[in-house]
Amino acid sequence: MERVVITGLGAITPLGNSVQEFWDGLKEGRNGIGPLTKFDGEAIDVHVAGEVKGFVAKEVMDRKSAKRMDPFSQYGVAAALEAVKDSQIDLDVTDPERMGVIVGSGIGGLNAMQDQIIKMHEKGLDRVAPFFVPMAIGNMVAGNISIATGAKGPNLSIVTACASGNNSIGEAFRTIKHGYADVMLAGGAEASINEIGMSGFAALNALSTNEDPNAASIPFDKNRHGFVMGEGAGVIVLESLTSALNRNAKIYGEITGYGATGDSFHMTAPSPDGSGAARAMKLAMSEAGITPSDVGYINAHGTSTPANDVSETEAIKAAFGDDAKNVAVSSTKSMTGHLLGGAGAIEAIAAVKALQEGIMPPTINLTTPDEACDLDYIENKSREKEIKYALNNSLGFGGHNAVTCFKKWEGQ
Amino acid sequence: MTTFEKIQEIIVDQLDKEESEVQRTTNFREELEADSLDLFQIINDIEDEFDIKIESEEGLSTVEDLVKYVEGQLEA
Repeated sequence: MERVVITGLGAITPLGNSVQEFWDGLKEGRNGIGPLTKFDGEAIDVHVAGEVKGFVAKEVMDRKSAKRMDPFSQYGVAAALEAVKDSQIDLDVTDPERMGVIVGSGIGGLNAMQDQIIKMHEKGLDRVAPFFVPMAIGNMVAGNISIATGAKGPNLSIVTACASGNNSIGEAFRTIKHGYADVMLAGGAEASINEIGMSGFAALNALSTNEDPNAASIPFDKNRHGFVMGEGAGVIVLESLTSALNRNAKIYGEITGYGATGDSFHMTAPSPDGSGAARAMKLAMSEAGITPSDVGYINAHGTSTPANDVSETEAIKAAFGDDAKNVAVSSTKSMTGHLLGGAGAIEAIAAVKALQEGIMPPTINLTTPDEACDLDYIENKSREKEIKYALNNSLGFGGHNAVTCFKKWEGQ
Repeated sequence: MTTFEKIQEIIVDQLDKEESEVQRTTNFREELEADSLDLFQIINDIEDEFDIKIESEEGLSTVEDLVKYVEGQLEA
């Protein structure tokens, strides 16, 4: 079995369009959420979003490629290009057939879907654009990343709603661990801040209706009442330790465990006791060969919905037992909003950087404690502490639970 | 804007070319490296622009072919 390390990072986020800007923002406790500008959300009482700002696709890829992609693909490709550049992988040295891609999306090309369904309705069935299908299908972010980077190994997308990014990382980890590839680009991408995406989640009463960007995504706070939609992408380069050492690569950290479970309970609600998420955390720790007392930090799913944050707290208690009170937990969605399929990917980057730098990002705007959420949530200010292991939780509609376990890199 | 200028603009935009590269005699498949998806999209954009229907791309190779086809449809 191969050990698997992280050798490159890439991110397009509401806090900035690079890993550096994203991580600096998290450490500073900066809020990437602002007024919703992409359309008028008044009719659904939605006023804020975690929008990507200043992203110009043709600055990171040629104009023709950019024009052929829905924004979710553009974000994914941009993040992948940053990650590959960061890793300094040279395809003259690394066999492209041993380098693969697993990048998913919760929804896929929802902007293309919305535009072309409107066009079909207004102009007729025979006027739908030929680029509709290749722009809309959710796997195309992985396809486009393969084209943009030259990766010719396993190429697939995982669709598990808000767990897509984290499931992708976990499955890519296993792909290398079990010898099917040497390098995997793994993560998730999402761009669903549009009328149909937001109105759909609003109809579920899932979105925050607060007008104040600092009081809308407030995970674990008593006044939380819904999530804030974010957008963007995260891609990490996973590599076998052998391959990384052979090319003397910079190593950010190691991925040592993965747990994936299903709630078998409800389409949108998590099981109240958090048992599905708890089992995923236990499985990830078991594969990593550690016990709860080894874990210093959990990047929580922490969506700021009433249901998630209580059941996830219960899940951590179920998985950690007496150690639940000792583990530091934060939801970086307080600063980015919820990137759906991209969430688990950018949050994996947060967990890896927290291990690398010994700084855990906070849960900002947590002002009113909730007696049902009674763990250590790193309130409002990042915390310096050397930690050895971190978990990354992602929990999706459909009862999909994905947990990855990362270890600080301290040499072999 | 003439029919040619409108079609030129569509092709320039779709294929990321300079205006000078898209002339009446230009063969968009061979000289502009338009793939099948590009061609379908150019036709779709022309249909939207002129509110016409292009039944088949057969026989359409040059920019002039497109201009003549569109003008024929508009006169019909």
